[in-house]
Order: sequence, then C-alpha cells, then structure tokens
Amino acid sequence: MTAVLAGIPAAFTPATINFGALLPILVVFSAAVIGVLVEAFVPRQSRFTVQVSLTVAALLGAMLALAAVASKNHVATAGMPSVDTGLVKGAVVIDGPALFLQATVLIFALLAVFTFGERFGGVGADAFTPMAAAVPGSVRETEAVRGGALTAEVFPLFLFSVGGMMLFPASGDLLTMFVALEVLSLPLYIMCGLARRRRLLSQEAALKYFLLGAFSSAFFLFGVALLYGYAGSVYLADISAAIAQPDSALTGLLVPGILLVAIGLLFKVGAAPFHMWTPDVYQGAPTPVTGFMAAATKAAAFGAILRFLYVGVDLAVWDWRPVLMIISALTMVVGAVLSVTQTDIKRLLAYSSIAHAGFILVGVTALSKAGLSGTLFYVLAYGLTTIAAFAIVNLVRSGGSEATHLSQWAGLGKRHPWTAGIFAFLLLAFAGIPLTSGFTAKFAVFAPALANDTSGSTLLVLIGLLSSAVTVFVYARIIVLMYFTDASDDDVAVIEPSPWTTATIAVGSVLTLTLGVAPAAVLDVVERASQFIR
Amino acid sequence: MNQFPWLTVIGLIPLLGAVVLWAVPGIGSRAKEIALGASVVTLLVAVAAALQFNTGGTEKFQLVEQHPWIPQFGVSYALGVDGIALSLILMSVILVPICLLAAWRDLPEEQQGRERHYFALMLVLETFMIGVFAATDVFLFYVFFEAMLIPVYFLIGQFGGPRRQYAAMKFLLFSLAGGLIMLAAVIALYVQGPGGADGFLLTKLAGLQMTESTERLLFLGFFIAFAVKAPMVPVHTWLPDAAAESRPATATLLVGVLDKVGTYGMIRFCLELFPGASRWATPVVIALALVSIVYGALLAIGQKDLMRLIAFTSISHFGFIVLGIFALTTTSWAGSSLYMVNHGFSTAALFLFAGMLMRRNGGSKMIDSYGGWQRVVPGLAGVWLIAGLSCIALPGLGSFVSEFLVLMGTFQRYQVVAVVATTGIILAALYILLMYKRTMTGPKPEGLDHVRDLSPREKWVAAPLIALFLVLGFFPKPVLDLVNPAVKTIFSSIKVTDPGPMAGTVEGSTK
Repeated sequence: MTAVLAGIPAAFTPATINFGALLPILVVFSAAVIGVLVEAFVPRQSRFTVQVSLTVAALLGAMLALAAVASKNHVATAGMPSVDTGLVKGAVVIDGPALFLQATVLIFALLAVFTFGERFGGVGADAFTPMAAAVPGSVRETEAVRGGALTAEVFPLFLFSVGGMMLFPASGDLLTMFVALEVLSLPLYIMCGLARRRRLLSQEAALKYFLLGAFSSAFFLFGVALLYGYAGSVYLADISAAIAQPDSALTGLLVPGILLVAIGLLFKVGAAPFHMWTPDVYQGAPTPVTGFMAAATKAAAFGAILRFLYVGVDLAVWDWRPVLMIISALTMVVGAVLSVTQTDIKRLLAYSSIAHAGFILVGVTALSKAGLSGTLFYVLAYGLTTIAAFAIVNLVRSGGSEATHLSQWAGLGKRHPWTAGIFAFLLLAFAGIPLTSGFTAKFAVFAPALANDTSGSTLLVLIGLLSSAVTVFVYARIIVLMYFTDASDDDVAVIEPSPWTTATIAVGSVLTLTLGVAPAAVLDVVERASQFIR
Repeated sequence: MNQFPWLTVIGLIPLLGAVVLWAVPGIGSRAKEIALGASVVTLLVAVAAALQFNTGGTEKFQLVEQHPWIPQFGVSYALGVDGIALSLILMSVILVPICLLAAWRDLPEEQQGRERHYFALMLVLETFMIGVFAATDVFLFYVFFEAMLIPVYFLIGQFGGPRRQYAAMKFLLFSLAGGLIMLAAVIALYVQGPGGADGFLLTKLAGLQMTESTERLLFLGFFIAFAVKAPMVPVHTWLPDAAAESRPATATLLVGVLDKVGTYGMIRFCLELFPGASRWATPVVIALALVSIVYGALLAIGQKDLMRLIAFTSISHFGFIVLGIFALTTTSWAGSSLYMVNHGFSTAALFLFAGMLMRRNGGSKMIDSYGGWQRVVPGLAGVWLIAGLSCIALPGLGSFVSEFLVLMGTFQRYQVVAVVATTGIILAALYILLMYKRTMTGPKPEGLDHVRDLSPREKWVAAPLIALFLVLGFFPKPVLDLVNPAVKTIFSSIKVTDPGPMAGTVEGSTK
C-alpha cells in the first residue's frame, strides 16, 4: 500500500497549463458549448442565423488567437513538471506542425461552414434534414418540415469536431490523442447521418462509420495498452526514451503496439486495407460534411500519424517503415484502380481521396524534415481543392436533389461553362498536372522519398507515379463527360449558390492555382513549421 | 549581358491574347482577328529577339533569364536558348499564325460561340511551346512539357472528329504515362546533383558523376517520355489517332511542334546529361529509329485516311531525326536540327492543304473519295504536290538538305544503318506519289462545279510555307549557322569527336 502511495506527491500540485498556447482550442470548445445553449434558449426562427454567426466568429477568433498568442508559445503544456529535469511532459504539445495543422483545420472549417450554411433560399441549411429523429418518410417528418423545424445543432457538433481536430495533432500522449480522436469522430458520425435527401443512405453511412470507427478505436486503445506495457508511460517522449534503452523482457510488446495504434490512425485517413468505410460514408453523408471530412479529418489524422511516428517511435523506424510502405503502396493502388469503375461522383472522389492518402503516406515514410514539410503541404493543398470540389458537387442538381451519377454530368461544360471549368481545373489539380497545387504537393512528398535512396522508396515512388497515371484517366473521364459529350438529361442544372458558397469555391480554386504557380511562400512556412518539440 | 526578358515576353504575348479572348465579354466575333494579331506580334518580337542572338557567342545559352521560383525544391525560372532551341522557337512562332489563318473557318456558323475557346487554346499552347524550348531548368521544362498536354487535350477532345474522345484520352494517357516516368527521373536527377536552391539548372546537372546503373535508369526515364512524344515505334500508336481526329491546324501544331519536344529533349537531356548511358543505348535506339523509318513509311503507303497517312509519314521522318541524333556526328546533328525545322513546315503544309481539300469534299478524309481533283482545284493541287515533294525531300526543297545531312553524318559512323535508312526515301516517294495519284489524277469528278480553287486567305497560308521550303532548300545557311555552334558546344561538353575520314575498306559498302 505504501509502495503505491510513494509515487503520489505529498501536496497537490496543479498541472502546468500554458493558456496562451491552448487559447485557440479553448475558443472553439467554448463556442461549441455556447452553441448547445443557443439550441436550448434561442427561438427557432433566429436560431440558424445565431448559430452560423457564432460558428464563424468562433473560427475567426480562434484564428486570431492562433496567430497572435499561440504561435508565440511553442511549448509542451498541460502536464506535470518532471521531478528530475523540471521540464513539463505535456499532454498537449504546441509546436510548429501542431500550429500549422491547427491553422489548416481552421481554414478548412471556415470554408466548410459557408457550405454548411448554404440555404438556397430555404429556412434551414439545405443539406441537413429538418428533423433527424423522425423516421424517413413518416408523418412526423412531414409535420416537422411544415412546422419549420431545422437542424441548427449541426453547428455546435461541427465546432466540437473542429476542436477535436485541433487537439489531435497536438497530443503529447496517447490518451490525449485517443480523447481527441473520439471528440473529433463522434460529432462526425452524427453529422454523416443528417442528410436531407436520401436519408436511409445517410443513416446507413453514419452507422457504418460509427461501427467501423468504434472498431478502429478499440485497435488504437489496445495498441496504447501494449505501448504502456512496453514503456511504462503513455507519453510519446517516454516511449521514445524507452525505445532508446530497450528492456529485452518487454520488446515483444513494441511492434504490435505500434502497429495497432497505427491501424487506429490509418483508419481515419482511409488507408487501405482500412478504407472500406470511405466510399459509403462519403456518398451517404451530406455533401458539405463530406468535403469537410475529407479535408480536415485527413489533415488532423495525418498530424497525429506524424507525431506518433516521428516523435514517439521514430527510433523503431526499421520496424514500422516497411509496413507503412506496403500500406502506402496498397492504398495508392486500391484507390486509383477502384476509382476507375465508379459511376457516382461522390464515391469517385472518395476513392480518389484514398489514393491521395496513399500519396501522402509516401511522404510520411521518408522520416525526414523534408518528408514532414511535404506531408504538411500536401494536406493543405489537397484539402483546399477537396472542399471546393465538394462545394461544386453540392450545386449540381436534378429535380432538387444532387445529381451525383456521372452520366448526369454529361454536357455540363456547354451549359455551365464556369462551374464545369472550375471543376475541371480542380480535377486537374487532383491529377497532379503542373501549375496546380496537386503537382507541387506530389513533388513535395515524392522528392523526400526518393532522397532516401533506398530501392524500396524508389519503388514506392514509381508505384505512386503509375497510380497517378491511373487517376489521371479517371479525372480525364469526367472532363470528357463534361466537355466532349452531349447532355443526356436536360433537367440537370447548376443552382445559384449564395455568395458564401461562391466564396468557398473561389478561395479553394484560387489557392489551388496559387500553390501551383507560386508555392514558394507557403513552402517556406511549412519548412519553418517542420520542427517537432520532443 | 542582355537585360530585356525577350523570351518571357515572347511567351507572354500569346497568353495575354488568350486571357483577353476568355475574359473580355462580347469579344467572340473578333476572336480570330485578336488571336492572329497576338500571334503575329509574337512572331515579330521573336524575330527581334533572334536578331539579338549572337551566332558567334561563346556562352552555352543566350538571352538568359534566371529568377528563383521555388527555392525549396531547387527550382528556378530560368530561360535561355542556344541555336537549336532558337530555331525551334522560331519555327513554332512562324507556324502558329499560319495555323490560325488556316483554321479561320474551322468551326461552322452555329458554333461561333465556341470560336474564342478554340483560338484561345491555340494561343495558350503557343505559350507552352515557347516555354518548353526555352527552359533551361529541368523542372521548368517538365512543367511546360506536361502543361502543354492540357490545351491539346481540349483542342482534340472538344473540336476534333467523330472519335475525338477516344483519341484525346489516348493522347493524354500515353503522354502522361511517359511524363510521369520522367518525373521520377527528374526528381532522382536532382538528388544526384549538387542540390541547393537552384539545383535544377541544366548547367548544374551536366557532367555529373553517377554510378553506371543510376545513369542508365535516369536516361531511360527521360528517353521513354521523349520516345512517346517523338513518337517512335513501338510507342507511336497514339499519334495516328490523335492526328486523324484533330483539326488540321491542331494536327499541325501537334505533329509539327509538340512532337519535336521529344527529339529536342533527346538532344538537350538524354545526350547532354547522360552521355555514357546514351552510348550504351545507342544500338537499340538506332534499331528502333530504323524500324520507325521503314515501318512508318510502309504503313503510310497502306493508309486510306489522309490524316493518318500524314501522321505515319511523320513517324518515318522522326525516325530520321532520332537516327541523326544518336549517330552522334556533327553533320548528323546539324541535319537533325535542320530536319526538325523543315519537318515542321512540310508537315504543316501537308496537314493544312489536306484540310483545305477536305473542306471542299464535305470533310471526307478518305483518299478514295477523291480522284481527278487537279482538274477541280488546279491551284490547290499544285501546292499539294509541292508539299508532298518537300515531304519526300526533293532536292531544292528544305527537307532534302536535312535528310542528306542526316544520312551523310550517319554514314560516317554506321554505314549499314545509313544504307538501310535510305530505303525510307524510296518508300517516301511511293507513299506521296501514290497519294497524289489517287487524289489528284484521273478523270474529272462529276458535280463539283461549285468547288472553288484557293481563296486569298488560303493563298496566304500556302505562300509562306512554300517560300520557306524554297529558302531553306537553296539557302539553309542561316539555320545551319544558328545550329552549328550549339552542336559544337554540346559535342565538346560531352567529349565526342567525329570519326576520322574513312579509309578505303568500308564494310557493307558497294562502292
């Protein structure tokens, strides 16, 4: 008994918390909590406006806090000072990559919230069902619609998710990482099930995402347990130290632990063979949610992967790199090849996102500063393009609902030259054609891998380039449909978006072009950000 | 040192024209005039730039510009030309206005709204063509190399013939597959090089010390992309489809200029950067070049479709150019460089005149739907014959000099090869004269009384091309003066000398 108590300090010492470093996350979480109160107390007719304004204000505030306060506080925080060294072992680590990814997530969130709030002249957000609790097609649902119900609770959910995403890449220990993972995931599960149209598909997607997500969380937790057994601590810094001085009795726990944690993280980015949920969820979820999820979840999850692999278990690189390379190759091939046969634009973009996850993993496997900055650049570039692309998918309608079948996109270029032109440009960016951000990003992840100069990484890059060639075929096929084919279905039209959605599309496309033509400034930023605090 | 950014300006003018066409509303009816104006201005500025070029200069590149572009990747915005690049740029900027003029009535009345896209895409293509020949940074070259595909893809896919979707897709996939392999080589080359913020500059990458296997792999990465582009047998299959389905003006730019990037790249990258590996690959490349010459010519003889026929003649001619490059003598290089220019003009003439014929025959590309047309359109028949004769390298017309130089240079090193290659000339006479016979001779066809001979606009298309044939045929000295110093510089940098004069015992010679 006394032996156990010996570890407990005589007096209670509060954890050291640097509130300045945490300010952006705190702003987002408090706004989310206020949003819940708004749901309870603000009358229905003004609820939508209040929620959207609150969300936008919170995101802007968080950006401001990030730029003004947090960026000057590069610390590991929210933890106890070490007895020996006096250094804080932080549950949250605010360093270059964390700040960059938080800013990235905030930018994505701001762009996404404009598409979330798109009403197309209706009462509530167009993409979301007025009453999620009602059985689809039931009398209750009809009554709710007639009564002017709306799902404004999407916005607090969204903010919780954003908060989780900001915490995820900044987690200094595996338990915080797990909590962040759940905080970002749970609201996403709900939001996936809230589509206004094709509600059964949407609910199926939500359930699938939830079940598989819970499954992967279990893997993650089991891995954390094994690593705790190995290192005697969940802090990444301690795990790293334990690998440096291996204890032969427990080494058997290390590799399974790393792999199980990695499975939990790779599930979130949709890497093969943990990608099965992606097409169904991307297709079923409301399109703005899909765009947000594809961009921001990927950014946050790659941040967590980078921190786990580069800070926690970098010394065990020879154990995990071969596995990660195989997963990366598999992801690229699966994503590219399966996207060829898709007939639904959202499923197609889902498979393309799988392929892109594979490309990003190529950068991760490099385990170098260049690999880190390349990965950071890629998630930013890919996310901007993705949000704009899904915002456009949301506009192409047939009889009120989205025209997601590819055949419905035929001849779009002739009738809506601007929309089709921008979409074609975004597709070229996905394909990685020079002078778009996609090319710069691919270069940024492939070059460090080649610089590693092992035959394995050369092979990986070659597989990546061949997969790119396959994906080019896929994207070119859509361009063929839009431009070189005559329309089959005349009631497909692009509906007039609000200025907000237009702004999202414009910002996404302009940045896609800028990062392709003049990426030097942003590359400079990621290069300076590419330094983890250990 | 020349401070004025000539090459950037030449490249920007057409781009500006394209932006005006797209951005200014209500300009659609004037699209053709604006596009032609932009391309003519480009031509004038390019001529002015060429006058600044000092053929006796000792620097490797002239008219150089260099600015950091993406220093993190080691990429600079670096332009500059030597004689070979400048001659190709001049060829391109001469061809574009001619093509625009020839494309004047390509779109039917009801599609006037799309006209500005058509002409704007051509102008964008011109910008990329200039950039690709002027880039002296490997990364920048790659960017232009790939970006060039997009306007062509749309030009074929949106404005082409009935199987345009298939042709556009095939073109894109072949080129991109080659290009992506090249991308791997581009990155790996940088890793081999000195690195740094301007590590992609050609001057920094020449003469690197690499292991033999690395050099060979890198060579292959570049060579495959260029072979697809050039196009050489066996990766040529996209060209006949793409050429047959595109409009004559597009086909001209595609075959006359774009494909030159392949042969130009072989000179600039394969041989200059990887001389050792090039020597290792020479037997295979020369064999493939010979196959291209003979096989392309044989297939050309068998074609029923005019456009495909011209495409196959080009495959044969590209065989000659590649042969000259890999024969690696100063004579054959001068020949190949000159051939690149001449081939551009003679192919342009064939495609554009074929387009004029096709318009008069309801758009039919089938050779057997013609016959006796020299009685219907005697003027057009005349220029058609001259274009054909230029294509088969009749003495006095441009291609003769270049073909002769290639064969002579090749003979200095590989006698048997040169002898085999000459069969290409005989086969060329066969395909061109057979085509002329089938289209032009015979009894006058019925019911074509309304068909007019060359219009003034078409005469303006034909006149400069024929003038160029004659000038380059009788007086190729200006181009050779431009090219020869560049060839010498490259040869001394890769340490190659011409084989000495041959002794009496020439194997395989019948003399």
